[in-house]
Amino acid sequence: MLDMLEAIFKGKIATEEIHTTGSKRMRGQLITKQGESNLEAAAKACPVRAFTIENGSPVIDYKKCLFCGRCVEACASLQHSNKEVLAEVLTDVQAIVSENVKASLGRSLHVRHLDAGSCNACDFEMGALSNPIYDLHRYGIAFVASPRHADMIMVTGVVTRNLEQALQMTYEAMPEPRLVMACGACAAGGATYGDTYAICGRVSNIVPVDIAVPGCPPRPSAMIIALCAAADLLKKRL
Amino acid sequence: MIKVKPEHLRGAANICSANGRHPLAAMFGADETNIGGKLAIYCLFYNTDKRNMDIVKAEFEDEDKLSYPCLTAIFPAAVWYERELHDMFGFEPEGHPDLRPLVLHESFPRDFYPLRKRYAVNHKVRGQRDFNMCTAQGEGVFEVPVGPIHAGIIEPGHFRFSQAGEAMLQLDAKLFFTHRGIEKAVEGKTPMEALPIIERICGACSVANTLSFCQAVEKLSSVEVPRRAWLIRTLALELERLYNHVGDTGNVCAGVGFSPMISQGARAKEYLQQLNEELTGNRFLRGLIVPGGVTMDVDDKLMELIAEELKRVKDIYSSMVKIMWDAGNFLNRIQTTGIIRKQTAEDLAMVGVGGRASGLTRDSRKDMGFGLYDELDFKVISKTNGDVEARIQVRIEEVEQSMDIIRQVLYLLRQDKTELRVDLGELKGLEGAWGISESPRGDNLQWLILNAEGKIERLFVRSASYPNWPALPIAVQGDIIPDFPLINKSFELCYACIDR
Repeated sequence: MLDMLEAIFKGKIATEEIHTTGSKRMRGQLITKQGESNLEAAAKACPVRAFTIENGSPVIDYKKCLFCGRCVEACASLQHSNKEVLAEVLTDVQAIVSENVKASLGRSLHVRHLDAGSCNACDFEMGALSNPIYDLHRYGIAFVASPRHADMIMVTGVVTRNLEQALQMTYEAMPEPRLVMACGACAAGGATYGDTYAICGRVSNIVPVDIAVPGCPPRPSAMIIALCAAADLLKKRL
Repeated sequence: MIKVKPEHLRGAANICSANGRHPLAAMFGADETNIGGKLAIYCLFYNTDKRNMDIVKAEFEDEDKLSYPCLTAIFPAAVWYERELHDMFGFEPEGHPDLRPLVLHESFPRDFYPLRKRYAVNHKVRGQRDFNMCTAQGEGVFEVPVGPIHAGIIEPGHFRFSQAGEAMLQLDAKLFFTHRGIEKAVEGKTPMEALPIIERICGACSVANTLSFCQAVEKLSSVEVPRRAWLIRTLALELERLYNHVGDTGNVCAGVGFSPMISQGARAKEYLQQLNEELTGNRFLRGLIVPGGVTMDVDDKLMELIAEELKRVKDIYSSMVKIMWDAGNFLNRIQTTGIIRKQTAEDLAMVGVGGRASGLTRDSRKDMGFGLYDELDFKVISKTNGDVEARIQVRIEEVEQSMDIIRQVLYLLRQDKTELRVDLGELKGLEGAWGISESPRGDNLQWLILNAEGKIERLFVRSASYPNWPALPIAVQGDIIPDFPLINKSFELCYACIDR
């Protein structure tokens, strides 16, 4: 017992501010730089067709993007920055979530996680939100055990046929007003594995989605910012 | 490879198993009608003497006559494989004790066999099939249904407990909820095109799955992967083991509500995942391993960072382990709980931590010696109790071994000047190849055949969780239901990996 207390005291406070910039090698938002431009090759290299060209400039659907770096490999004028792509609010007003949402206090959000067919990377990152580094509770956000206690479901994974009914029923079990967050490239974009006999596609094919979080998987900091934005959205709806 | 008629599959398989010395590694079907073959069943057996797989293949002449004497009758380990063969291809293993569906749930029609070539990859068809849960009957026996959506942040699975009071009489698990059809999705793609999907079979075994796949691809090429690539791959594989084992040690404590240790484990795991991002730009080490080598180098600065972070994690972890083993009430919960006997582990051909906690000594790093593992000095950890405690102990000692392996790898990396990646050139088509690597949960095995154009004709993915899942319902029998989360977490099996 004393050892445990000693370890806790010696460990000090582990909680850190969240950062939307990652390590040097992190593959985040795409930027253009000097170099030979070969956008067609980049578009062709994209495994999920998130990269398209409109009027000679690249358009990236970050909801689908796997941040795999294939486009950057194919085209010298492209580069991944180490900055996170932030969540997109899809309903009410079409807006990209700004970074300053994390500053405001005085909100609360109860979230139920729902794995609708993920590879478990998003789920593990969601689990990491409760670790001492991110300590999600400090933002007034908590994970709850039942959809009946939840303001929002946070859905991960491309919806599989075997989970379609579970998603539908979980959504219906939530009290109104209810929010849905599509967390990660599978849930938001649904293109990760292509279209197969076992896949229903992105979450918005089944239930209405309010917020989409890009990333494969989104980093915990991106999830926190999206959750704060969701809490603000809920306040508006109440 | 031994080719036999379907009616002789059981006999041939029995000989290959050498009285259990060569356990069943995998069993799967293939529709080879597009490459001049037929419908076929493959059985792979680990042959550790030859460090190879013994392969038996049975070809079926008529696609309407797909019955054969089941293997489950002699190898209990075949039980799920044969249910899957039944689901995905329509094979009929005669005498199989439990031919309920496995992969395809209620919304799929009965006569739909998605892995046959005549069905398109996106063949959408709805129907109705029965999926009955196995339960115990009797006076006072009641059922507790749990899932697929659970109370915590975990993957989906449905568990049906048959209870006699607090004691679990029987457990049946309905899994494969996250079945995405990955094996079909990669068909027709080149290995490079399929790679982003392979990396995303599972998050927590991303490196192991990718490495198994890449090794299968590399076997179809005549080019040798450079040494530096293998050093970095080994580093990644051990880092994956570390962050999983460290996090899982803490997570087991969640099964008994031992909060300070959950926090310590989660904290150490977070530092390791941040290190992963420094190394590869992704917290799950994605984007590093490709057929032919690796995409990123590890320079001196990164090596220093790795050494530094490992020291920090080691300090947290060893203090955590000491506290756990000083807590009498914690030990009380984990000792003699969820036992798997050695015989059961052998019967089910268990792998990884699950098998090694029950007296098995199988580790593909030693048995198959892939990559550079023969040059590295490490021990295979094995315990005999087969309970929750043994599974935690195996992890704890493997963490030590992994840290030691990483130190050796860093030393070798400093002296190595070889390339990161080579071009594999033309790949051999119409020839099967297997790849194996040791994930945190045991060996992940893949089987790959390319067609004449170098595109994937068939990929079979058998991750470590697949042979270990059927052990969980056996481990819980007789224990009380509040111990289920504890026992489940002590195995910490993936769902996404097996569901595919």
